[in-house]
Amino acid sequence: MLLQVKALKKSYDGAEGPVPVLRGIDMSVAAGDTLALTGESGSGKSTLLHLIGGLDSASSGEVLLNGQDICQMNDAGRAEVRRKNVGIVFQQFNLIPSLDVTANIAFQARLAGQYDAKAAGDLADALGLGDHLAKYPEQLSGGQQQRVAIARALAAKPQLILADEPTGNLDEATASEVMAQMLQLVSATGAALIMVTHSPRLADRMGRQLHLRQGVLV
Amino acid sequence: MNARVALFVSLLALVTAPWAAAQGFGGLGTQAEGFAAPERGARLDFPKDHGAHPDYRIEWWYLTANMTGPDGTPYGLQWTLFRSALAPFETQGWDSPQVWLGHAAVTTEQAHYTSERFARGGTGQAGVTAAPFEAWIDDWHMRGPDFDKMQLRASGSQFSYDVALTAQGPLVFHGDEGYSVKSEQGQASYYYSQPFFDLEGTLTLPEGEVTVTGTAWLDREWSSQPLASDQTGWDWFSLSFDSGDKLMGFRLRQADGTYFTSGTWITAQGGTAALPNGSFEAEPLAVTDVGGREVPTGWQVQVPDYGLDVTVDALNPRAWMDLSVPYWEGPVTVQGSHAGVGYLEMTGYD
Amino acid sequence: MIATGLSALWSYWRRNPLQLFTLIAGLALAIALWSGVQAVNAEARASYDAAAATLGEGQYDQLLPAAGEDIPQETFIKLRRAGWLVGPVVEGQVGPNGAQIRLVGIDPLTAPGGMGPLGGSGIQLPDFLSSPPVFANAQTADTLDGIIDAEIIIEPTVAPDTAITDVFTAQRLLDAQGRFHRLIMAPEQPVGRPPLARIAPELTRRAAQGGADVGRLTDSFHLNLTAFGLLSFAVGIFIVHGAIGLAFEQRRAMVRTMRALGMPLRSLIILMASELLVLALIGGVIGVCLGYLVAAALLPDVAATLKGLYGAQVSGTLQLRPSWWISGLAISVLGTAVAAIGALLAVARMPLLASARPRAWAIARGSMRRIQMGVSLGLLVTAGVLAYLGEGLIMGFGLLACLLIGAALALPLLLNGALGLASHLARGVTAQWFWADTRQQLSGLSLALMALLLAMAANIGVSTMVSSFRLTFTGFLDQRLASELYVSTESEAQARAFEEFVAPRTSEVLPLLSVDTELAGLPAAVYGARIGATYRENWGLLAQATEVWDKVGAGEALLVNEQLARRADLWVGDMLSISTDTALPIAGVFGDYGNPIGQAIISQTLFATLHPDIRATRFGLRTDDAFALRKTLTQEFGLPSSAITDQAQIKAFSLDVFERTFTVTAALNVLTLSVAGFAIFMSLLTLAGMRVPQLAPAWALGLTRRQLGRLELVRAVVLAVLTAFCALPLGLALAWVLLAVVNVEAFGWRLPMYIFPRDYLMLGMFALGAAVLAAAWPARKLARTPPADLLKVFANER
Repeated sequence: MLLQVKALKKSYDGAEGPVPVLRGIDMSVAAGDTLALTGESGSGKSTLLHLIGGLDSASSGEVLLNGQDICQMNDAGRAEVRRKNVGIVFQQFNLIPSLDVTANIAFQARLAGQYDAKAAGDLADALGLGDHLAKYPEQLSGGQQQRVAIARALAAKPQLILADEPTGNLDEATASEVMAQMLQLVSATGAALIMVTHSPRLADRMGRQLHLRQGVLV
Repeated sequence: MNARVALFVSLLALVTAPWAAAQGFGGLGTQAEGFAAPERGARLDFPKDHGAHPDYRIEWWYLTANMTGPDGTPYGLQWTLFRSALAPFETQGWDSPQVWLGHAAVTTEQAHYTSERFARGGTGQAGVTAAPFEAWIDDWHMRGPDFDKMQLRASGSQFSYDVALTAQGPLVFHGDEGYSVKSEQGQASYYYSQPFFDLEGTLTLPEGEVTVTGTAWLDREWSSQPLASDQTGWDWFSLSFDSGDKLMGFRLRQADGTYFTSGTWITAQGGTAALPNGSFEAEPLAVTDVGGREVPTGWQVQVPDYGLDVTVDALNPRAWMDLSVPYWEGPVTVQGSHAGVGYLEMTGYD
Repeated sequence: MIATGLSALWSYWRRNPLQLFTLIAGLALAIALWSGVQAVNAEARASYDAAAATLGEGQYDQLLPAAGEDIPQETFIKLRRAGWLVGPVVEGQVGPNGAQIRLVGIDPLTAPGGMGPLGGSGIQLPDFLSSPPVFANAQTADTLDGIIDAEIIIEPTVAPDTAITDVFTAQRLLDAQGRFHRLIMAPEQPVGRPPLARIAPELTRRAAQGGADVGRLTDSFHLNLTAFGLLSFAVGIFIVHGAIGLAFEQRRAMVRTMRALGMPLRSLIILMASELLVLALIGGVIGVCLGYLVAAALLPDVAATLKGLYGAQVSGTLQLRPSWWISGLAISVLGTAVAAIGALLAVARMPLLASARPRAWAIARGSMRRIQMGVSLGLLVTAGVLAYLGEGLIMGFGLLACLLIGAALALPLLLNGALGLASHLARGVTAQWFWADTRQQLSGLSLALMALLLAMAANIGVSTMVSSFRLTFTGFLDQRLASELYVSTESEAQARAFEEFVAPRTSEVLPLLSVDTELAGLPAAVYGARIGATYRENWGLLAQATEVWDKVGAGEALLVNEQLARRADLWVGDMLSISTDTALPIAGVFGDYGNPIGQAIISQTLFATLHPDIRATRFGLRTDDAFALRKTLTQEFGLPSSAITDQAQIKAFSLDVFERTFTVTAALNVLTLSVAGFAIFMSLLTLAGMRVPQLAPAWALGLTRRQLGRLELVRAVVLAVLTAFCALPLGLALAWVLLAVVNVEAFGWRLPMYIFPRDYLMLGMFALGAAVLAAAWPARKLARTPPADLLKVFANER
């Protein structure tokens, strides 16, 4: 099993004591799975995604990636997991504005030490970025920027892709197109995909759906 | 005795520093244009030749003594006046091209005190007159009515001495009647000695005054280019045996690792025999680290022709002369086929 | 991973070259001013040391003739032969009047080790002896060229205006055959030598002085320069701090993304620190090079000042010393570290999931603002306590530092308050938007404004001090230089004849009698004065006892100058010993501006008793008709006209010395202000890029781009004016500290403070001009922002 989440709990400090966000999550994802995480605002979907990606630390429970609990790792260990095993396509982790498209796509792969220029070029072509490689993020449209983020996540050849509303800022036509490209590329690499989305239509295109309500899976 | 040349030339070393290493110790192997050169067969003329020879580039009056205190404690002393000429003449006044250098030392088993003086000729600060004899620099002097009876004095910031010297034997001439060859290429100097001085007087040391008696050995040498350019240093011995016989011998170290040796066997009556190259042998037995340099301070000395086979050991292995030209010079004891005392001088070990 | 991280970090600078330039330029300027001043100081000190080493003064005991000037050569030989290890020195002046060179002859064989050109330099003894050349530095060599009949060899280690040669050559060139002027004693002497009195009773022994006197005298001057260098450095570090803060703020999002993509925090911090290290080194190297130029430009004036004030010879040419490089680079790295430590800590503490939007740059949030206010108040209170209790020059500078930093920290708070008030009072939408927006801008500009505040305050303070000094000094000269003519005679015999000749022709003859000595353990001079109408009428005293002139004239009391009184902590009524068995009460303290050493005045009669061998050869003459008297003296008595100086000449000379003293200060002033102007310019320019989102709404609501640009200019002017208003009281406080605290400690006199409103207005205009100039380009850039860029603000979230 690629990913196993066991009894995962997370609460934040509020003005009147701890505020529970995740109240005990159990789930597992196998290689090649595509999974949609849905739920209302504040239901804990993004927090769950952050914990799986090692971006945040849990209050209790386990997140086993290839059998290793990333909750027990220190910053350096989690950083290594992030650069080698996980690709993220989040709204908030934008592109690096001072690097051009090529360098942005290559960034994580280079960090992980597994950059393959040809594979990255193919990815860019597949995502329709071939003509924009020398441009900087500010010269791209929102859809193009998100395609670069997808290419960046995939170029590192991770086992697990995490996406948080990857098409949230895009118009519907573009969103649909980007989504299709992403799914196709993910399935081609054999990676697993966990995607947080509001959109039932996007969720329907995934292999499985999990719904979160008030910090528990329903 | 070439060794002394080097010291003397401590000043010349400054002149020739950049190529001294390549051209013999202290510049002694350099060409001597305009200066007079020693000639075989020339007769030395006394008392005139006790005095200075400004037309030769280098010259010295070099005295070493082995002494004992009232309780038998051994001491050594050294008194040296070097003359170095920048040009082969002398003038009266501050433009004199003659430079004088004095070295003095007292050695005990535990300590080694040294002092050094500089002066230029022509001013009266230093010089040598033949009769009555006086060699002086500053307050140091060696003087007397003649060469056989002299008073010797020197001082430094930690010591002084004042001793009387009385000759008990004749002058001794090295090499061919005083013409002493220093290399296979024929470099030579005029070289004679008075090795028969009796000495009595007073040493003033940091711990107080000591009355001493003993023997002293005075060397006189002058030349203009006594070393070959490939000679890098020397080991020089003056040994006085209990039998009354004496030995002067030196070993010139050459750049290719070979040696040129020479010496004089001196009988108790003052008879001499020159030792040709190779008949005087000296081999280091022990080395001492002094001031970061490895210096041989124990030797085996052999002269097979005279049945001599002795070990020579420094009284104080740390007798390093840390002066403007550094070298090792100190009293030694002799054991083996012959017993006695003497002085050892070594240069070119830095 | 390292390479990828570095290239991403570096890409930021590549895309924002202006910020990179600001950072490096700020560092370079800070280092330049600092190292420039250090270089000047080091050069001066090296000159003193070279002089001391060459001449053997200070390091060694010396034997001098008790009377006369010469020591016969035979005495030297006599001493040597008695065991005294002494080396002879011949010295004298060569060259034309006004450009005289001190020619020193030594005997390299007997001079104590390390003395003269043979110590450490490449000169070989035989060269020195066989054809004795003259050694001098390049400048001196030029002066000597053609004057002396000897080969000149350039040796940079020789002290300025000094030439060294063999004693024999010196005797020939100085026409002093057979004579020496002094003998230098080797530190180690042989045991058992006879006493000096038995060998050469005509000589006296003077003990080593353990450090050049001139070095002691000039210390305060160098400390002043150092303080200026530090101030400039502080201004520069403000700029660097700003640039680093901005760069780190703007890279927050990037840092977060890099971490999310798997860059460990530790590696990231190390990379950012090394990046800064490299920048600091680059800035340092440029700074040291610029510093060299600054030093080269300042040195001639500094040298002139030191010569005028203290008679110290300083080489006018710079030598590049390795120690500058080391200290310049070290301080560059250190300064960058100080400026960056906060930013690096912020990166280290920033949670991975926190908002990545740049906070308004270096915003003073509530808690920060309270801390800043607390620190500021603490420093100002410390300053007050120091002003009240502190003693010593270091304390004086401590006071200055507390005052300046405390005030600088308070500035943003004061400006914030003022702008808040303005926006409260404003009528009309545009005005309200303008004030509110200016207030928001404040956080981004506060560092630059602090720099401007410091620079302006320093300028006000120093110019007030200089001008007060000038006023006081001019007044002092008018009062002090009462004699209409000053005459030098050549010998005591001529002096006696002159006095007889001139007495009936003048209203008063004032002999100038003095001897250098030590008073209360300090270097000083004792003057013998003929107390008469001139003293009684002209000399104002800072403090005095009753019937002061009668007592001094009767030899019952003495006068001391202010610097001696303050340094030795003496005042009217205290006793002062002027010889081994004479001590007199102090009857008055006089101002003596411009004199570095202490001075006491006693009556001429008492002076003659104490120093019977010293006779006056110079005189001040009181007359109603200086022109006629001058004519009589030259035509009837036969004095050369060069022996007569009139009052006006001396005044001009004295004032000239002081003008030069402060040329240096003025130059540093201008440089500091320019650096501050540069800081504002750079801050505005970098902020301009971030301004678009803030300006877009105003543009959308109907302000034209031209109006927006104009408002940007107005904003700069408003902020500069407000800062100038804050700088005025601070500058005056600074001036007070300089005049009443630092000056007393450094020079020994306290100066009355004068206010120069017109100067301050000029300075305000200058600062305003600098602000406008600094704002002009950024404003123009804003005014030309393409509408598309403004629209983009609404089109997508940036």
